[in-house]
Amino acid sequence: MTQPQLTDFYTILPFTILVVWACLLLLADLFIPKGRKGITAFLAAFGLAGTMGYAITQASLSSTGFSGMVYLDGFSTYANILLLISGLLGIAVAYGYNQRMGIERGEYYTLLLFSVSGMMLMAQAADLIIIFLALELLSIPLYVLAAFTRKLESEEAGVKYFLLGAFATGFVVYGTALVYGATGNTSLTGIFLAASNGTSGLLLTIGAALILVGFGFKVAAVPFHMWTPDVYQGAPTSVTAFMSSGAKIAGFVALLRVFATAFPSISADMTDILWALSAVTMIVGNFVAISQTNIKRMLAYSSIAHAGYILMAFVPYGNKDVVSVSIAAGLFYLLTYVLTNFGAWAVVISLEKAEGKGLELNDFAGLSKKYPALAAAMTVFMLSFIGFPPTLGMVGKFYLFRAVIAGGFNGLAILGVVTSLISAYYYLRVVVNMYMREGDPVTEREPGLAFTTTFTAVATVVLSFVPQWLFLLASTALLR
Amino acid sequence: MEFLLQPLTLLTFFPILGVLVILFLNSEMKNAIRWVALATSLITFGISLWMLTQFDASNPDLQLEAKYPWIAVAGWNIYYYLAVDGLSVLLVLLTAFLTPISILSTWTAVEERVKDFMIFFLLLEVGMTGVFLAQDLFLFYIFWEFTLVPMYFLIGLWGGPRRIYAAIKFFLYTMAGSILMLVAILFLGIQTGTFNVPTMLTRLPDLYATTISPQTQMWLFIAFAAAFAIKVPMWPLHSWLPDAHVEAPTAGSVILAGVLLKMGTYGFLRFNIALFPDATVAAAPWIALLATIGIIYGAAVSYAQQDIKKLVAYSSVSHLGFVMLGLFALNPQGVAGAILQMVNHGLSTGALFLLVGMVYEQTHTREIKVYGGLWKIMPIFGTIMLISSLSSMGLPGLNGFVGEFTILLGAFGSKAIGNPWYAGISAIGVIMAAVYILYMFQKVFLGPAGEITHHHELKDLNWREIVTAVPLVIFMFWIGLYPKPFFDILAPAVEKLLSALPL
Repeated sequence: MTQPQLTDFYTILPFTILVVWACLLLLADLFIPKGRKGITAFLAAFGLAGTMGYAITQASLSSTGFSGMVYLDGFSTYANILLLISGLLGIAVAYGYNQRMGIERGEYYTLLLFSVSGMMLMAQAADLIIIFLALELLSIPLYVLAAFTRKLESEEAGVKYFLLGAFATGFVVYGTALVYGATGNTSLTGIFLAASNGTSGLLLTIGAALILVGFGFKVAAVPFHMWTPDVYQGAPTSVTAFMSSGAKIAGFVALLRVFATAFPSISADMTDILWALSAVTMIVGNFVAISQTNIKRMLAYSSIAHAGYILMAFVPYGNKDVVSVSIAAGLFYLLTYVLTNFGAWAVVISLEKAEGKGLELNDFAGLSKKYPALAAAMTVFMLSFIGFPPTLGMVGKFYLFRAVIAGGFNGLAILGVVTSLISAYYYLRVVVNMYMREGDPVTEREPGLAFTTTFTAVATVVLSFVPQWLFLLASTALLR
Repeated sequence: MEFLLQPLTLLTFFPILGVLVILFLNSEMKNAIRWVALATSLITFGISLWMLTQFDASNPDLQLEAKYPWIAVAGWNIYYYLAVDGLSVLLVLLTAFLTPISILSTWTAVEERVKDFMIFFLLLEVGMTGVFLAQDLFLFYIFWEFTLVPMYFLIGLWGGPRRIYAAIKFFLYTMAGSILMLVAILFLGIQTGTFNVPTMLTRLPDLYATTISPQTQMWLFIAFAAAFAIKVPMWPLHSWLPDAHVEAPTAGSVILAGVLLKMGTYGFLRFNIALFPDATVAAAPWIALLATIGIIYGAAVSYAQQDIKKLVAYSSVSHLGFVMLGLFALNPQGVAGAILQMVNHGLSTGALFLLVGMVYEQTHTREIKVYGGLWKIMPIFGTIMLISSLSSMGLPGLNGFVGEFTILLGAFGSKAIGNPWYAGISAIGVIMAAVYILYMFQKVFLGPAGEITHHHELKDLNWREIVTAVPLVIFMFWIGLYPKPFFDILAPAVEKLLSALPL
């Protein structure tokens, strides 16, 4: 171990900027009077935007830092930008909502910044120890945020999330220990080298499987999804929107990195496990979503189902010819998912009343007559979730299925399209309610929500016509 | 600009311009919205005629190509690629022709949400035209799936009492087929390294000789066929059709029968037959069997209907059976007859739906038994209805006869089907068509005045309705009396398509 140099900090500069900014904001917030917490929100957004500006300048860089503990590469930059976008949208949907729900406190934004910084560290981690650190840094603020309203359901959500999250972290740590035992290494490249020298074996496979279980909790893959509907429903909706996007990106980015870098040698075993995990997640997520009447629960199951789709990208990770395509497809789909997901949650937030009313599917009835633009945007999001043109969701699924078929897993691709068909049923129910049933919904009009809905809807449609540069971005975002 | 001024790009996307104009109109300005929509669709029709003047009928290849790399990232090779040839030119014209007619038919029938209606209708036109012109499988798939969305709304928003059920059923049924096609498209794209159909056609023979086994080819054929057979619809996958037709608003039914169903038969023609030659030949007898069952079944069920619209809907199952039989006869007569019959069915069934809609607007019922003696009160309506009915049942001198006769001729001598009995049994379908159509006509128009005819003050067609229906009638006579120009335009392309088959 050498002493860290200044150049080491350059590799994680976006992360550093954000953490420092969050600490400063924590102090500054003390001097911002109650009732004017909009300033805190603005400052937090400013920090995120500034960090993003810097992260974009790193687009072409590729190096390692801190004696190989962190990476800086196209992959991490792509993920960082995606995470910062989630952070910004997370603030945009939260500001008005928090005021309306009477939970306007400055800590909200600081916690969100800390969580984003944890996620960014996750994207850059080159060592299982760093992954553990990042996991804690991103999760703990989320536990607090989930319980933010201090109402019974919200606190239940927070505690549930905390307990299961801690449990999941335990799996990751245990897996790390076993991997270390098998290879004598915690660095991802070190594990890869040791494993390909033939020192692998059962211990390594078990270790990798345990890490997969831990992350399975984070990304809400079946059978580790039990917490998801309850937490998504109980947490303040603004938190749910952020959590379901950001935590999912972080979890998947880490999984992609760990598996593609450290565990290619045990892909023969892991591919079957990932196949099954992906299949079960798609099936359970989509089938259970059908019977939901609460929009938050429905979107929670939809988020589970989408974890299954993204997991498909992992299945061919051991195939050298396909792995770059599958990583690119996974990254691309994460972008698709984040835009669509935030948009859908923003619409839900527009309809939510205090006391948790306005969250049933029936509450969407008649939306198109009173608020045609909002209904049109929600239709775009639902179509994108199904994977229908002209939306980004269609392009994303096309990319994912392509990776899977190129890897030779035609059966999984067929399962994927069939579950998409099932998902069409419940997503269309929202559209049916909005357009084909009579009702008198009342929505809240807030600039942040209007911005989020418009931005994500327009991006979802327009980018589907010009996906080329996104593809380039995703496919050059290869691992170092 | 060069990109936008390509005839096919312009033809496909011109309706978007109308959509943009309508978006900026206040939804209370219903007439302005209607005029904009009508004008847009008429100009689009004009563009399609301009395309026709540029089209070289003696050339069997794709023409008027608009081809630009679209998503050119490594391994993607997706093109924005529109082109037309003899197989698709008539269907493109049919689409552009039926859209203004349908819009005109909604003038008084659609009073609610006119703005949304017209937007969806014009978007639907974009999708349909795109389906017939796209030569890149990715682009084709986008257009193909996209047509579902506006149609879903047209049925679900302006349809009859069970419209929500019908709309969802339509959406899910059709999507069920197309997702399997998606997997097959991806598989083909990965194997051939392109999604561009002409390039794919040059690379596939080698692959069939080496890596892609006949079984795989058959699976690919089936995956594509699933999408198209549901759309056609072939028996036994037809059950969404009566629901969708009965619940859809008149203009929706016209477009559904006139164009959307043709997307299925066109898909067989353009993709199944061209891409999977061995599987096509192997499957031909089976498809012919299903087509024959569909012809007889559709006709028999039509006869049993009490609802005029349902009767016409089931007759579509029967008529489209003829088209499928002709296509998979895999000889020039059969295929040319099938393509012409696609157009004929669009004209005659489109006209029938249109006319049923006109009388429904006045009476709000479609029960056959409450009508009777309508001719006396509505002679113009009766005349047009009679011509359309006769055209639909295939009376010589009208268009239906030309198509069905050529198809049966082709099917009778078809080597691919290998059994003249299919053609023989299908010919019974022609007789059955006469039975159910004349039965309907007699009950509705002749005989003593029925309860509705008695109690309602029924008015004959007004000038707008006549203008809507007459163009269709003109073409029924034209194709019926002098079909040569229509056959000439498609013959070279058909020859070329069939020459690649291992027969």
